Amino acid sequence: MSSLLALQQRSQLLQVVRSFFTTRDFLEVDTPLLLPNIIPESQILSFRCEDSFLHTSPELPMKMLLAQGADKLFQICHCFRKGERGRLHLPEFTMLEWYRAGWSYEELMLQCEEFLGTVAKEMVVCSGIDADGDLLRYGRKISLLPPWQRLSVAEAFGEYSDLSPEEAIEQDLFDEILVTKIEPNLGWERPTFLYDYPVSLGSLARCKEENPTVAERFELYIGGIELANGFSELIDPEEQRRRFVYEIEQMRVNSNIKLSMPEEFLQSLSSMQDTAGIALGFDRLLMLLTGLDRVEKIVPLVLEV
Amino acid sequence: MFSASDLRKGLKVQIDGQPFIITEFEFSKPGKGQALYRTKMRNMITGNQFTQTYRSNDKFEKADLEERTMQFLYAQDNEFHFMDTSNYEQIFLNKDQLGDNINYLVENMEVQILFFGERPIDVSMPMFVNLEVTTADPWVKGDTSGTDTKPVTVETGFVLQVPPFVEQGDKIQIDTRTGDYVTRVKE
Repeated sequence: MSSLLALQQRSQLLQVVRSFFTTRDFLEVDTPLLLPNIIPESQILSFRCEDSFLHTSPELPMKMLLAQGADKLFQICHCFRKGERGRLHLPEFTMLEWYRAGWSYEELMLQCEEFLGTVAKEMVVCSGIDADGDLLRYGRKISLLPPWQRLSVAEAFGEYSDLSPEEAIEQDLFDEILVTKIEPNLGWERPTFLYDYPVSLGSLARCKEENPTVAERFELYIGGIELANGFSELIDPEEQRRRFVYEIEQMRVNSNIKLSMPEEFLQSLSSMQDTAGIALGFDRLLMLLTGLDRVEKIVPLVLEV
Repeated sequence: MFSASDLRKGLKVQIDGQPFIITEFEFSKPGKGQALYRTKMRNMITGNQFTQTYRSNDKFEKADLEERTMQFLYAQDNEFHFMDTSNYEQIFLNKDQLGDNINYLVENMEVQILFFGERPIDVSMPMFVNLEVTTADPWVKGDTSGTDTKPVTVETGFVLQVPPFVEQGDKIQIDTRTGDYVTRVKE
């Protein structure tokens, strides 16, 4: 359980985040948590609830709203992912997700810089922030002043491992190298954007025009912690269908889970315009602001399920 | 059988016919990536440590471990013999397996022996044992030289520091986790 102070800081952060987005004309939405179909992502396991699913992120319904004409949306909601429990993971956690029509992942990276700078100023009473607005983590100062570091996935593998991202995927070592050799080094001077992932690791992201082997996806790291995942959304229904077919097959083979194609979602994609979207771990953000080291210290209650 | 998602600190598993205890554990999962279970384990027989990263589909056998209460009988050469008082079965552990525990073993003492299958691999002592002091320098009353402790030898041959008032023939309580003197015991 978190302390009373952590509860107060959590409440304050909720308000600071809302005010950041509403003053920039983003509309707050609260989409259904219970869904008839979920986005098939082979590495994310959902909780079944009778014949439905608890959502693993609000991506599907929020994109359906964007397809209906909304252009700036944000949501703060609980998400559910089976089997995830660790220093940075809980099976139920709070996500901040936002979308901006007309943008690509590059503008979104700039907005992350602005977002965190603003939040840190508003939350300066937290013990993870010093008077200069720098984050303090394990005795180190992390400056939030833009521009933040941008490191492509290919550059990161070149610097921290002997394999290229493609070789690592082929040998089923991509995640292991990322977690053990790359992530711990990222975002200690300033936050780091790790960007341009191999397409197979960005199932809902658009391919880069000048290099179609990578997807326009980035992850934001601060003090070795993965805080957010953003991308230029894939809005081609046919390409999206092909990728979902692959993910559904992976889930059937690896985990014996049978998912159906989210047809409604695919239909709506055709009326969506170019959009960038991002999911940010609200609990992890609070961990960074308060300097705490485990996610269960920052959520109101952990009741083991 | 355990699966990777059951792994946690303190869990005992069997790998390649050897029992291991997990000493460190961390769940990791990069965004959109697979769950990784990073573990550090200690071989419960050899004491060797190793680290390994497991995936969701990895499975583990449960280590066939059982703890039995046994009585210490006697030591001969380097073999320390114990008996299960419920069925009179006898086993022995060697000096290396017992480590510092030999400092506290006296005849008829009851201890917990850990078995891996049929094989005894470890002993856990009671947290506190009472042992008789066999050799101690006499306490010179009025000695104000400032020494707070003096060395004494107990019946197992173990030497430890005690307060100066402890005398030969006294029983003292010792903490087996640290080997420290706790108090003098009245019989």
